[in-house]
Amino acid sequence: VSAALKEGHVTPTELCQRCLALIKSTKFLNAYITVAEETALKQAEESEKRYKRGQPLGVLDGIPVAVKDNFNTAGIETTCASNMLKGYISPYNATVVQKLLDQGAVLLGKTNLDEFAMGSGSTDGVFGPVRNPWSYSRQYKEKSVPKSHSEDKESNWVITGGSSGGSAAAVSSFTCFAALGSDTGGSTRNPAAHCGVVGLKPTYGLISRHGLIPLVNSMDVPGILTRCVDDAAVLLGSLAGHDPKDSTTIQDTFKPFKLPSLPDVSKLSIGIPKEYHAPGLSSEILALWSKAADLFKNAGAKVIEVSLPNTCYSIVCYHVLCTAEVASNMARFDGLEYGHRSDMNKSTESMYAATRREGFNDVVRGRILSGNYFLLKQNYENYFIKAQKVRRLIANDFLKVFRSGVDILLTPTTLSDAVPYMEFIKEDNRTRSEQDDILTQAANMAGLPAINVPTALSERGLPVGLQFIGRSFQEKQLLTVAKWFEKQVKFPMIQLEEVERHNHNVFQHQKSASFS
Amino acid sequence: EKVTVEVLDHLEHLALVDFRDAEGVERLQKAIQFADRLHEVNTDGVEPMDSVLEDRCLYLREDDVTEGNCTNELLKNAREKIEEYFVAPPGNIPLPKLEERETFLQGS
Repeated sequence: VSAALKEGHVTPTELCQRCLALIKSTKFLNAYITVAEETALKQAEESEKRYKRGQPLGVLDGIPVAVKDNFNTAGIETTCASNMLKGYISPYNATVVQKLLDQGAVLLGKTNLDEFAMGSGSTDGVFGPVRNPWSYSRQYKEKSVPKSHSEDKESNWVITGGSSGGSAAAVSSFTCFAALGSDTGGSTRNPAAHCGVVGLKPTYGLISRHGLIPLVNSMDVPGILTRCVDDAAVLLGSLAGHDPKDSTTIQDTFKPFKLPSLPDVSKLSIGIPKEYHAPGLSSEILALWSKAADLFKNAGAKVIEVSLPNTCYSIVCYHVLCTAEVASNMARFDGLEYGHRSDMNKSTESMYAATRREGFNDVVRGRILSGNYFLLKQNYENYFIKAQKVRRLIANDFLKVFRSGVDILLTPTTLSDAVPYMEFIKEDNRTRSEQDDILTQAANMAGLPAINVPTALSERGLPVGLQFIGRSFQEKQLLTVAKWFEKQVKFPMIQLEEVERHNHNVFQHQKSASFS
Repeated sequence: EKVTVEVLDHLEHLALVDFRDAEGVERLQKAIQFADRLHEVNTDGVEPMDSVLEDRCLYLREDDVTEGNCTNELLKNAREKIEEYFVAPPGNIPLPKLEERETFLQGS
């Protein structure tokens, strides 16, 4: 579509208007919390002027994007899907948002998530759950057994996964060309897998977290969601690099890269970690994983089984470290400087307590309390420090494997395809996160880059993805392998009535559905 | 081994967040049970890991003022303010004791 913009086949304002119209007609997905219609159209107009002058800022100029609502966006409400920040208008742009805007991208709005990014379903936010666009696809509807007529259409929609569900749904339903998510335990890759889009978790330290409302400072990264691997590479190119405002970004100069048009994997060594054959892994996904390994073998790559022995402890370790860091990070929400403030005025402490009681949901409060427990003097050594030691063991597992000559790891991303919302909510948030993060979490623990590539449709007609994990800062190699794999599997395009109605011209061909 | 009411009360004080109901307390119990699995791992001789970037030097920039002067912007988001001050209720008043405050734990 970027080429289309350059050649004038479509203008930025047309593109923006179409996306805005599509957002309106897919409102039932609940993917967006805020739609910044006016500012988006203004940005589109500016972009159009630049194209008319023949001076576009780059590939992203005029491209409509969406941003998860835990990134600060100047002048636009940033809520983290919580009562605590309802009405909070950010005074600044997160660095990644600023970078997108500087490249001319058009910010359509803020997407829905689990409250404060805590969850794996995008169901626990204050604005309600996000619905997976595939629930309404021809592919899913054809496979669903109709039980009772009208009741079913409403009640058997499936979740997007989370916590960046809104962003994944927005990209999947064609309302934007790329979206930002965040990834702390799998929050970008999980919904990417369930919504059939590419979800990239970059190496920790590559992309600035300045302006991303923190969950776990030592694991959070901004995530990139797109419809194809090439687009993810473009986004990465415009976002990566040292930021003096984020001291956890590395100082090495980042060189944006373009992926080879004919990627070659024959000289690579692909590792298959046996512990990722986790309990509960669906036989469908197991079979796809195996087929994928064969694909690489047949292409001449060396495919070997490897072991990451501490994998089963990564979820427990994450649980302790995450709640501990959350207890600290959530302490800033006291009602004084920003956000919700209770009317209670007797004392600072009672005002803080009342504000926090009113502003946070059960999940957030639960994690804060657990975190505080693990950080108590009597527990610090046994839980927090212990978890930090286990973290090193997990990171070392990966180091060992990569040092032995393996270039990339191939694993499933999720245990199954997306489950219906009614089924998902039967278990509580912590149990679900525990189950769903198991395949994605360790990469955050070790700070490694990882990517979900949509692979195939399940028997129920829903997307299933596979994950590649690479070495630190080796995104080029990771994305090259991902692109090769993407070309092999030829994942089908979603057949959504609303999309077809609105975008017959621009999105007819798969190629123009991406911007690179 | 259940968590004592004293510890629960202490946590409510530290976190300034309440358990709300029996479910909240149960949630903590389950969280601790889950975390106990960590003790199955042998970590003798292993150093705790704070950050995956531990082998790199932290970036320190020059101590020069490069931005600021945004008082009005920042005050916009505060509910109670006077001139350039955030207004807080009186401090140095500890949260009421368990028996005197509205908490689910009172019943325990």
